[in-house]
Amino acid sequence: MSKAQAAIVGAAETTRIGVVPDMSQLQLHADAALNALADAGITARQIDGIATAGEDPVLLAHYLGVKPTWIDGTAVGGCSFMMHVRHAIAAIRQGLCSTVLVTHGESGKSRLPAPYFPWPPQPMSLFGQFEAPFGIAGAPTMFTMPVLRYLKTYGITLEKLAMVPVIQRQWAALNPKATFKDPITVSDVLGARMVAYPFTLLMCCPQTDGGGALIITAAERAADFPTKPVYVLGAGEASETTMISQMEDFNSSAAFRNSGAAAFRDAGISHSDVDHLMIYDAFAHLPLYGLEDLGFCGRGEAADMIAGGHTAPGGSLPVNTNGGGLSYMHSGMYGMYALQESVRQVRGIAPAQVPNAKISIAHGVGGMFSVSSTIVLGNVVP
Amino acid sequence: MDKGTRYVPTATPETKHFWDGTRQGRLLVQQCRQCEHTYFPPRPFCCKCGSRDVAPIECSGRAHLYSYVINHRAAPGFEAPYSIAVVELEEGPRMMTNIVNVPQTPEALVLDMPLRVTFKELTGEITLPLFEPEGVAS
Repeated sequence: MSKAQAAIVGAAETTRIGVVPDMSQLQLHADAALNALADAGITARQIDGIATAGEDPVLLAHYLGVKPTWIDGTAVGGCSFMMHVRHAIAAIRQGLCSTVLVTHGESGKSRLPAPYFPWPPQPMSLFGQFEAPFGIAGAPTMFTMPVLRYLKTYGITLEKLAMVPVIQRQWAALNPKATFKDPITVSDVLGARMVAYPFTLLMCCPQTDGGGALIITAAERAADFPTKPVYVLGAGEASETTMISQMEDFNSSAAFRNSGAAAFRDAGISHSDVDHLMIYDAFAHLPLYGLEDLGFCGRGEAADMIAGGHTAPGGSLPVNTNGGGLSYMHSGMYGMYALQESVRQVRGIAPAQVPNAKISIAHGVGGMFSVSSTIVLGNVVP
Repeated sequence: MDKGTRYVPTATPETKHFWDGTRQGRLLVQQCRQCEHTYFPPRPFCCKCGSRDVAPIECSGRAHLYSYVINHRAAPGFEAPYSIAVVELEEGPRMMTNIVNVPQTPEALVLDMPLRVTFKELTGEITLPLFEPEGVAS
């Protein structure tokens, strides 16, 4: 295994998540930042690098009183925050800055303002010319597009697909902060209101309010902070296409495969080293693609792995232990919440704590299978 | 654009030949004269080998149903439920479209079913390529 590349020395979500009608998007960023700074025992004065998506990093730096020597506004959707972590590692190593603040905040429910979603799209854009004219109506009609092909290729039933939200709800039941905690069954999932066949409402994430922030510094400096250090052991990023119709193979995401493989290689770990896994799940099929494309099971085997309880509480590979985007919360760009849960797990403070979790992976997606980033975290320097 | 009006695309210099084609009832993709790669959406160079020596080719109009969803929520200009599909052309490339002249149900929309192109005029400038089951009398 390689040595730690950086350390996360502060991590927090907004003071409240779910429905937060008394905070704007900007203040959700700031509230999460203040909580993460308090967690790290520092103030904004000690931050010299800033990264965010969905908000202007320059505006945010001034709002918080940060005077950055390094600014990253990479905004490619929900996995932007994973990429910020990866880019921060490089910036810190290069000496461009020493202590980086990554923030997320989104008013998905209260819409103060509504998360940025360019609609209608530019009629001259490729999306505007070759996808939007066919009745595209938001993510539920795009992100879902590959799944019928996937189900046919591997002979997987809708009942098996419905097990994804069922199992994740089992995790959410253990998390007091989860938006949805009541148990659900396969018939609840399949009988819920149809959104975009084959996806019912319970296969789609909610839209809620919240935010989160991380503070990253060099691994050697981790001991200077009061928190139990969380080391970044490896990271990857990769892109495929912003047009779901042009995804090369509807059975597998090239962005997932390439980002995941890069992160494993970078961390120098194997699958058996991983104690805990977060797979960005805006929709029920994403954990299936994630498990297969990251190599935790063979092609077409993920549905059986989940239905068999292997990712459920007590299973061999706990996945989406906060309840996931489907049940915990989903503001619009969920990646930050996956990172926060990975941090909690390796710190040993998660509501549904995986006993003795040492290495966690947070795997994110941006757009509709457009782009991906994967972060490997650990509580020991291997 | 009004929220309640149907979305209408606008051609660019690189895509104009495609929209000129659909207006004339022809479905055009592009082919590289160097490596013979056939591709979509339009661009004036080959995305495989980088050559600028490319030309439009007219498709047979035959395709098969690669994947789809059936949207159950209203959208401007569409009556729910309606299918949004990705079809694979006989020539290789895939494109997004709607499957029309068939019930918008999972029973009627079967993956890999043979399809053929049909055209729907939106405006004087823009005609969309849609697909219907092979053998339907349109």
